[in-house]
Amino acid sequence: MTVTAAFFYLFATITIASGFMVIASRNPVQSVLFLILAFVNAAGLFLLMGAEFLAMILVIVYVGAVAVLFLFVVMMLDVDFAALRQGFLQYLPIGGLIGLILLLELILVVGTYTIDPGLVRSPQVPIPSADVMTNTEAIGQVLYTRYFYFFQAAGLILLVAMIGAIVLTLRERVGVRRQDITKQNARTQETAVEVRKVPFRQGI
Amino acid sequence: MEFGDILLAVAIMLGKSLLMLVALLIFIAYALYADRKVWAAVQLRRGPNVVGPWGLLQSFADLLKFVLKEPIIPAPANKGMFLLAPLLMCTLSLAAWAVIPLNAGWAIADINVGILYIFAISSLGVYGVIMGGWASNSKYPFLGALRSAAQMVSYEVSIGFVIVTVLMCAGTLNLSGIVESQNTSLGILGWYWLPLFPMFVVFFISAMAETNRPPFDLPEAESELVAGYMVEYSSTPYLLFMLGEYVAIMTMCALGTILFLGGWLSPIPFAPFTWVPGVIWFVLKASFLFILIAMVKALVPRYRYDQLMRLGWKVFLPLSLAMVVIVAAVLMVTGNAPGVR
Repeated sequence: MTVTAAFFYLFATITIASGFMVIASRNPVQSVLFLILAFVNAAGLFLLMGAEFLAMILVIVYVGAVAVLFLFVVMMLDVDFAALRQGFLQYLPIGGLIGLILLLELILVVGTYTIDPGLVRSPQVPIPSADVMTNTEAIGQVLYTRYFYFFQAAGLILLVAMIGAIVLTLRERVGVRRQDITKQNARTQETAVEVRKVPFRQGI
Repeated sequence: MEFGDILLAVAIMLGKSLLMLVALLIFIAYALYADRKVWAAVQLRRGPNVVGPWGLLQSFADLLKFVLKEPIIPAPANKGMFLLAPLLMCTLSLAAWAVIPLNAGWAIADINVGILYIFAISSLGVYGVIMGGWASNSKYPFLGALRSAAQMVSYEVSIGFVIVTVLMCAGTLNLSGIVESQNTSLGILGWYWLPLFPMFVVFFISAMAETNRPPFDLPEAESELVAGYMVEYSSTPYLLFMLGEYVAIMTMCALGTILFLGGWLSPIPFAPFTWVPGVIWFVLKASFLFILIAMVKALVPRYRYDQLMRLGWKVFLPLSLAMVVIVAAVLMVTGNAPGVR
């Protein structure tokens, strides 16, 4: 128990600290790396709760794929930080106001929020019990029966978003020599090479 | 639990990990030697043959040389990240071996989601490359890092689908469970390489692309990028990069052994062969896969970048996606799907 608590505080501290560093660090590449650290530690917290499937999926999807693309984009940005910081004081009042409103809203929501007493018990005593079923199986059972339509709808939304992104960025460039693999493979000696008789001193 | 018990458990875990690490590193040293020997044999050369009898100590001589050289850190490099990158790469690829079962019950940690753990850890390997390439603050390393990021993310997708097909047949995410599910009276014919042969081929090729192995070594293509993301590295940091790469390749070989070649099971399922310890079968199978990968390095020319992307996205992705549907349908229709109530 004490070991679990020690690890909980370790992971939680690092998660919060690196979350803070994401917005505090000057270099955007370092920000993304701190974000990754936060993700990995959040996965550690999931592991402590026994949600091993969620922990691994968090690492695979967010750290292994999403953050790589983030890093990819951020590295290629050429941001002038001095220029970014110039208008800082000018925008401070409006930014502060928005932050204050969000904070008040959060306090209102959290202050009146009560957790279902049935749910409070479940992290300690999961249903079905952990020795009957692994949590991968349990998630699968719920996701593909009770929440099947929501799951499918989420998938469709992602598909639409993906197609939208492709349509927005797709452009046909003219004058680009692109290899057509089927055409390339269909070439034979007859279609590719022509043997000509060259008359002496005349050329072709 | 008492404090003493915790300490004992930690000590046992450390001992196991250390044993695994030492055995793995010695095995890697000879895998490297074998790699160079195979490469040499294909090109009718002798390969390393000077240090020790038949050059057997070559890898250790290389190790000594790397460690004793002076590490050079370029002036414009981001020092912290420059040194963190090889450490990260090496540590992550070694961490994957924590869950690999070399024999029945021989894994350091036999966790429920073992296969997902390996997949997660191997997908993190790309950070070592990207950070190394970026922190060097130089053109060729950066190009190598960009190529590597795109390549590894692309081939992870098809490896993921390959794993899904095997998982559907095995009905478990536990690596020992996957091996046990291949334990039939058919022996070698009952392993997954036969019913899932197209997936085995896709896995083999994707594993090479995932570990930046020739013919997919575009991140370090010497004719275009000098040495890609490793250009600015020397001495021990370089050694860590190279070690990490070879450990990752061995991880892929071990994963292929577990998923398709029946792990520690004997290929012929009766008496004299089943007496052989499982770990020997495991090492033999993993070495077989490694020799195949070494042969590919010697035989096949490097892919062009657009060909690489085409192969990943337009050939392997549709093929493996179709196989997931076909395998699922066949399992359901024949009523062989494990865990369906």
